[in-house]
Amino acid sequence: MQFMLLFSRQGKLRLQKWYVPLSDKEKKKITRELVQTVLARKPKMCSFLEWRDLKIVYKRYASLYFCCAIEDQDNELITLEIIHRYVELLDKYFGSVCELDIIFNFEKAYFILDEFLLGGEVQETSKKNVLKAIEQADLLQEVSTSSFSGHSVSMVGWDSETSCSSKLLEGIL
Amino acid sequence: MSDVVERTLSALPGLLGQHDPGAGPGGAGGPGRVSASSRLGSLIRSITALTSKHEEEKLIQQELTSLKATVSAPSTTLRLMKECMVRLIYCEMLGYESSFGYIHAIKLAQQGNLLEKRVGYLAVSLFLHENHELLLLLVNTVVKDLQSTNLVEVCMALTVVSQIFPREMIPAVLPLIEDKLQHSKEIIRRKAVQALYKFYLIAPNQVQHIHDKFRKALCDRDAGVMAASLHIYLQMIKENSSGYKDLTGSFVTILKQVVGGKLSADFNYHSVPAPWLQIQLLRILGLLGKDDPRTSELMYDVLDESLRRAEINHNITYAILFECVQTIYTIHPKSELLEKAAKCIGKFVLSPKINLKYLGLKALTYVIQQDPNLALQHQMTIIECLDHPDPIIKRETLELLYRITNGQNVIVIVQKMLDYLKEGQEEYAIISLVGKIAELWFIQTMNAVFSVGGDVVHSDIPNNFLRLLAEGFDDEKEDHQLRVYAVQSYLALLEEEDKLYPQKFLQVMSWVLGEYFSLVTDVDPEVILTKLHSLLKKTFVTSETKAWIMAAVTKIASHTSCSKTVDEIIQELSSSLDTCLRQYAFELKHLCEDKALMKSLLPFDASCSDLVVDASLSFLDGFVAEGLAHGAAPYKPHHQRQEEKLSQEKALNFEPYGLSFASSVSSSGVTGRQSPTGLSFGSDISGNSAETGHKETNTLKLEGVRKLWGKEGYLPKKENKTGKENEPQAVPCGSLLAGQVGEAPALRPEQGASLSEEDKEKQQLASTLFIGLGASAGVSLMGKADTATQKFKRKSKITETQQLSEEASDFQNSAASNFDPLLDTVPDNVEDSEGSVHTGLRKGSPSSSDTVEDNLAFETPQSLRKSVLDDRISANRLSQSSLFADSNIEIFQPSSSAQCESASETPLVPSLPEELEELPHSEVVGLCQSDALALHLCKVWTDDSLLLIVFVSNKTTAALHAVNLILESATSHFPVIEAQSVEHCQKCVRMNKVCTQAILPASVSYQSEMETCLEFSVTLSLMDFIRPMEMTTEDFGKLWLSLSNDVKQNIKMSPCQDSLSAALDTLQQKLKLHRVDVIGNEGILACQLLPSVPCLLHCRTHSGMLALWFRSPCAALPDGLLYQCQKVMEES
Repeated sequence: MQFMLLFSRQGKLRLQKWYVPLSDKEKKKITRELVQTVLARKPKMCSFLEWRDLKIVYKRYASLYFCCAIEDQDNELITLEIIHRYVELLDKYFGSVCELDIIFNFEKAYFILDEFLLGGEVQETSKKNVLKAIEQADLLQEVSTSSFSGHSVSMVGWDSETSCSSKLLEGIL
Repeated sequence: MSDVVERTLSALPGLLGQHDPGAGPGGAGGPGRVSASSRLGSLIRSITALTSKHEEEKLIQQELTSLKATVSAPSTTLRLMKECMVRLIYCEMLGYESSFGYIHAIKLAQQGNLLEKRVGYLAVSLFLHENHELLLLLVNTVVKDLQSTNLVEVCMALTVVSQIFPREMIPAVLPLIEDKLQHSKEIIRRKAVQALYKFYLIAPNQVQHIHDKFRKALCDRDAGVMAASLHIYLQMIKENSSGYKDLTGSFVTILKQVVGGKLSADFNYHSVPAPWLQIQLLRILGLLGKDDPRTSELMYDVLDESLRRAEINHNITYAILFECVQTIYTIHPKSELLEKAAKCIGKFVLSPKINLKYLGLKALTYVIQQDPNLALQHQMTIIECLDHPDPIIKRETLELLYRITNGQNVIVIVQKMLDYLKEGQEEYAIISLVGKIAELWFIQTMNAVFSVGGDVVHSDIPNNFLRLLAEGFDDEKEDHQLRVYAVQSYLALLEEEDKLYPQKFLQVMSWVLGEYFSLVTDVDPEVILTKLHSLLKKTFVTSETKAWIMAAVTKIASHTSCSKTVDEIIQELSSSLDTCLRQYAFELKHLCEDKALMKSLLPFDASCSDLVVDASLSFLDGFVAEGLAHGAAPYKPHHQRQEEKLSQEKALNFEPYGLSFASSVSSSGVTGRQSPTGLSFGSDISGNSAETGHKETNTLKLEGVRKLWGKEGYLPKKENKTGKENEPQAVPCGSLLAGQVGEAPALRPEQGASLSEEDKEKQQLASTLFIGLGASAGVSLMGKADTATQKFKRKSKITETQQLSEEASDFQNSAASNFDPLLDTVPDNVEDSEGSVHTGLRKGSPSSSDTVEDNLAFETPQSLRKSVLDDRISANRLSQSSLFADSNIEIFQPSSSAQCESASETPLVPSLPEELEELPHSEVVGLCQSDALALHLCKVWTDDSLLLIVFVSNKTTAALHAVNLILESATSHFPVIEAQSVEHCQKCVRMNKVCTQAILPASVSYQSEMETCLEFSVTLSLMDFIRPMEMTTEDFGKLWLSLSNDVKQNIKMSPCQDSLSAALDTLQQKLKLHRVDVIGNEGILACQLLPSVPCLLHCRTHSGMLALWFRSPCAALPDGLLYQCQKVMEES
């Protein structure tokens, strides 16, 4: 895999992970064009894109687009499942994950991603194992982090953007 | 893992000490939710509240300034630093530069406690790339953490190493990571393997010595570790599959276990066992089994099993199936598996799910070369996909069509591609597609045009072609690609030492090579020079062509330092008998001695630069005056000479090569007439640059030539359509087909009735697209396909003749329409036995074709056909232009061909194969015979060639061995001819030089008791190569005016055929002339000499005499035809 991008329906980047060395300028350019291209596609269209010399696999979960660039020989369908497994992991970790969780806790989303995909390759496919690894590291955090608050608190001020708080996996599983 | 927990818990008091005592643990929301009221939270929320990009920028800049102050303040605690890092990551994600924080991220990873370290490492991996200089500062931290007793720290270090690590520092951590391969925790082992994989990717030689450790990892008791090692193996096998064949067994065993569900349920994904692992293994197996029957043998079982197991209707199983299919088509084929895989592809293609359909198309594209039948099975789906609303599907479909492009469908496919381009959205797609079109269409077409059309093509065609190549389109990149492709294709063509190419084609090649050789960087100019040198030595190369070659040599020489080949060429040609070449050699020699002059004279890619031309040739005035004073004849302009020439009947055609050029030649007396680029810088080399420049421009004819090819390929012009306004042009095939729905004969009854108009159109489109993919599957649609294409062809022929009549520059057009018939002849010869029958039949003769076509059925096995095709395509694409343009004789092998069996069953009475029977043909006549053998000949007059069918019958009661038939230069060999049986071979003949009669020497030798050889000959008449030519009266008129060679003759009409119509009837029937029109006592007729030299005839009756007036671009043709006319008129 070359990179993974998460962005919202409004085109706001929520997460980016690059597995190939690129300059910041290129990254920005790719992100901008790709977000545009993907957002322009209609819902019934194919999840795969041939874009520049890359293959793009994307899927929308509620308000969030997950988008991966893979190499030519890579399997598109399994990449879709990678995305799905990642969403499942997020869902399990956050408990009915929504875009807001990822916005406010993006570093957690990165930690989970790093346990699941390493250097662009799938590292651990077992949901249980990934979460175990994360929880072990989090255990420290639980104790040490001072400011905790509930899900409901983090929603304050977001009522207008209800789409951000809709569950990513709702209606899918 | 419990020990980790214990250890970390023991460290907790210390950790807790660092935190604000005021904040109590919350934890209501779930694991690790961060408050929206934190600094990050408020930042995020204030950004969301903003309305304009400008405001956002201001806010972020503000935030960054405050962050900068905070992180660089010495009093900042690590905990605060951690929070700052998170905010920095956020700002970077929004696209704002925050490089001031990078060094602090590294510090945080180095100094922080576990939590801070975790964020520090994350920030490093997000901020830096692997060549970043700051990364070196991380190495020490990583080394320290790798040695830590805390598993979490080790994990973090391994995670960051697997993502980014400076290549040159690998040795510093490698031993530590190797140690971790023996770690008791599988997660550590797995990450260690993954780190090694990263090292292998960035510096393969650094991990060369630990290959045995990879093997150990492959055998790890934990499936996760094993799976991680597969990444390394996949990479290594990609690079060198032969080194790992011994592991095939292991991979197969692992896959068997996975498929059989032997892994722990942890690895299941939606109840499918370890799909990622399966796919990885399938890919590895594909690479190992490629082109290796023995290795492939080992995996057939498990592939079969995988296909069988993947049955649940879930995306993940489709992913596995797709990979399986790819593997099956990659490895050495096994028919049983291929069948199943094909079925799978069918499932994909027919699936209503768009993703699966896309992959189905992709798989079809992948397998199309191996199995064109599969595409035929799905042709209707493919047609539907062509109009799919999703451009991605469309594009994939075009990709698929690109792979099946052949001579018969190229026009339709290119049209479809152009349609797609017109909708064009994305630049990248357009570039790649245009490249394909250019490849498919332009260079290949022109190659075919030049090689088949040979020297009969008008000199403007190559000139315009070169002009186009030189001027290019609007897109630099595209031009570059096109030129590179041209150079490469010509180099490949010249690779075949003994091929004979038409002179014009050689000229084009040498120009392109001379002009653009430097674009192809991987070829040494010396290699090109050697090739050109060997061409120069060939006897068949005319001195005109040699002049072109020399110009190319000069150009190449100017860009290379001293070359041995150039010196040799100079040496050889300096003593050449040809003054022109000698002069070139001297020029080259002088130029080589003065490199600076050479460089300035021959700048790279300057063929398009404007040069100041003294068109009035005023600098020659003195010379002319001097000449006149010495009694030279005054100069006559070209048209005046032309008129004078026309007034003398049967004058030879001295039409000069280039108009303005000729005038410069005649006045300056330099022999530069043959120069392709006009680089004849003789005596006035240093002085008169204007003259050199003049010539340079001349040859390419840059001025006043209409642009016929644009970015989208050929631009059809209105003028062409004169008199045919309602008729569609040759290119827009969609509309052509649409127009024919009505008139086309009904489909096979059971289909036809129920089909809607739209479906019919689709079917027609299908048949035009998939034409030539051949074999039985296509038959159902064949009837329709044939009529469509036939009409299509006729039309294109008409356009072709029209174009012949047009102004010189219009000859570009015939390049477009010529293509169809021309390329058609290629597959003819290529597929020969079936192929020629196929196309021949389709086109048929005007009288019988339509009825014949419906009866078509090809039973010949696909494999035979394919192999023949493959072998021949490369060999014959550019066949020599001797009399036997395509000297291949195809033998019907008894084992593989249906026709042959039928031939052998018929004892000794030679009869044409069924397919040929339907074509116009001569009677089977005996050629010669001996005690053992009898030879018979039958001529088949196909639309575009003459086929000679030679029957060899064995009259004896014993089998004859080693029968060799030599016809002209081609030999066909029959290993065995059974007793009392007939074999036949066929040969396509083309007339190269017009003559009324030609005799081909031939012989047959065979082995009975002793070697016997029979000599015989085949007599060919001009009439064998004459075909009617359809055209309208207007076209006739135009063409007539443009032709210069004419022959007039009055012949007496016998009393029985005193009327004009009777005379025309005779000519039409006996000479295969096409009657264009009859007006009063005048009649006009048209015919063509294959491949496409027209000859027009005007007849007028007056007082018992028939006045015949022929015109043709070829001087000898009218004479020959006149002779034939006289003969038939006397006979009747």
